[in-house]
Amino acid sequence: MKWRYFRQQVFFTAVRLSALLIVMALGGIIVYIVVNGISVISWDFVTLPPTDSMTKGGIMPAILGTLYLTIGAIAVALPLGVVSAIYLTEYAKQGKFIRLIRTGINCLAGVPSVVFGLFGLGFFVVYLHFGSCILSGALTLAALVLPTIIGASEEALKSVPQTFREASLALGISKWQTIYKIVLPTALPGILTGSILGIGRAAGETAPIMFTAAAFFTAKLPGSIFDEVMALPYHIYVLATAGTHIEQTRSIQYGTVLVLVGLVLGVDLIAIIIRSYMRKKKRW
Amino acid sequence: MSRHLKETLIKGIFAVFAFASVLILALIVIFLFREGIPLFKEVSAMDFIFGKEWYPTYDPPSYGIWPLIIGSVIVTLFSCLLAVPLGVLSAVYISEIAPASIKDIVKSIIELLAGLPSVVLGFFGMVVVAPFLQETFDLPTGLNIVNASVILAIMAIPTISSISEDALYAVPREFKEASYALGATKYETIVKVIVPAALSGISTAVILGMARAIGETMVVLMVAGGAAAIPESIFDSVRPMPASIAAEMGEAPFGGGHYNALFATGIVLFFMTLIFNIIADYISQRFKETGSATL
Repeated sequence: MKWRYFRQQVFFTAVRLSALLIVMALGGIIVYIVVNGISVISWDFVTLPPTDSMTKGGIMPAILGTLYLTIGAIAVALPLGVVSAIYLTEYAKQGKFIRLIRTGINCLAGVPSVVFGLFGLGFFVVYLHFGSCILSGALTLAALVLPTIIGASEEALKSVPQTFREASLALGISKWQTIYKIVLPTALPGILTGSILGIGRAAGETAPIMFTAAAFFTAKLPGSIFDEVMALPYHIYVLATAGTHIEQTRSIQYGTVLVLVGLVLGVDLIAIIIRSYMRKKKRW
Repeated sequence: MSRHLKETLIKGIFAVFAFASVLILALIVIFLFREGIPLFKEVSAMDFIFGKEWYPTYDPPSYGIWPLIIGSVIVTLFSCLLAVPLGVLSAVYISEIAPASIKDIVKSIIELLAGLPSVVLGFFGMVVVAPFLQETFDLPTGLNIVNASVILAIMAIPTISSISEDALYAVPREFKEASYALGATKYETIVKVIVPAALSGISTAVILGMARAIGETMVVLMVAGGAAAIPESIFDSVRPMPASIAAEMGEAPFGGGHYNALFATGIVLFFMTLIFNIIADYISQRFKETGSATL
C-alpha cells in the first residue's frame, strides 16, 4: 500500500519539476537578456541609425523596418484570415470542399519558415519582379501567419453562443447581417487578441524575410514599399554571425535582442492579459 | 438585388477567400518545383538525396544532401528526447495536478515561450550554451548537435505541451470517476486511464513538435555549427537542411545549379514536414474523441 503512494509522490515530483524547468527556462532566458541588454538601451539607441560600420549608433532603421513588415503582413492576413474563418464556422457544411480547405490550412501551418522564404523568393521577388522589398517580405509573412489568424478567429467565432444567431435569425434578419451585426462584434475581441499572437510571430521571424526583404544595411530609410529594409531579427542574426566585428558589436546585439523580445513578448503579454480578463468578464 | 441572391453572392465570395490557404499551399509547391526541378538535369534524384558530398561551390560541384538530411534527423531526434518528456509531463501538470491559480500562469508562460523569436533562442544558444558546452566538455567548438538539440527542444516544448494538454483535457470525466471509484490512486488514474485515453492527441502533439523542430531554421543556422558532413559524435557540428538553405541562398548565383539545388533541398524539407503533418492530421481524425462511447 505504501509503495503505491511512494510511486505517486515520485511521479508528481517529476511532473512538477518538468513544469518548473520550463518556467525557469523562459525566466532564465529573459533575465539573461534583460541583464545584458538593459545598459545598452537609451533614447539614442532606438532613435539613431547605425554608424561606424555597425559598431556604434542605434537600431532605429531596423525597428522601423520590422514595424513596416509586420503591419504590412497583418493588413493582408487579418482580413483574409477572418473571412476564411467566417466561411468555415458560419457558412460551411461538411463536405469535400471544406475538408480540402481544412487540410490546406493544416498543411500551411506546418510549412517550415525557410520554405516560406524560398516561396517568397521564387514567387514575389523573381516571378512577379517585385525584387527584395517590403512588399515581398510582408506578403511572405502574411502567408506564414494566415493559419494562426484563421485558427484564432475560428475559436473566437465558435465561442459566440448559438442562441445569439438564432435570436437574430428569428427576427427575420438575414444571415449576412446576423454575422456582420451580431456574431462578428461579439467575437471581435477574441479575434483581435488571437491575432496579436500572430503579429508577434510575424515580427520575430527571420528566415522568411532573409531572401525577400531584409538588408544588412540601408543608407536611407525606405521611401516606398519597393525598397529593401533593415529588420530587427535579421540585424541580430547578421551581427552575431556574419559581421567582421562580432565581439565589438556584442553589446549592440544584446540591446537589439532586448528590443525585439520586449516588442514581441510585450505585445503577446498584453493579448494574454486582455484575454484572461475577458474570459472572467464573460456573461454567457 | 434580391435578398437571396445577395446572400448566395456573399457566401460565394467568402468561399473564394477561404480558398486562399489552399491556393498559397499550391503556389508554394509550384514555385519550389519551378526553381528546384532544373537541378535534376544535372544530377539524378537518387544522387541528390543519397549523395554524401555537398560541395555546391566546387568545380565541378557536387550536390549530395545526405549529410544535410542526417543532420536534420539527428538534431530533431535528440531534441525530442528532451522535449517529449518535458512537454507531456508539463501538460499532465497543467491539466491534472496544478491548482487553478498556478495553472493559468504556467499556461501563459508556455504560450510566451512559444512566442520567443527563434533568432533570439539561436542567439542565446550562441552566447550562453555554446561557451558552457565548450568549457565543460573541453571541445573545439560549442556549436554542435547537443547545443542545437537543446535549443530546438525549447522551441518544440510549447507545441507538444499545449496540444497534449488539449488532449488530456478532452478525456471524459467519467473515466476519472470510474477509476477513482475502483480505488485507484491519482497516479494510477493518470498513468493507466487518462494518458492512454489521450494517447492519440499526445501522439499528434509529438509529431507536430517534431515537424516544428525539423523545419526550424534560425536555431540550426546559428548553433549547429554548419559542417556538411555525416557526424560521428554528438559533439560534432552538423548542417541541417534549413540551415544550408538559409546560409547559402545569399551567395548562390541566381538561376545557377547551386540556386536550384537549394530549392530542391526545400522540396525535400517541405515533403518531410508535410508527411509529419499528414500523419498528425490522420491520427487526430481517425482517433477523434467523441465521448466515452468510442472506447
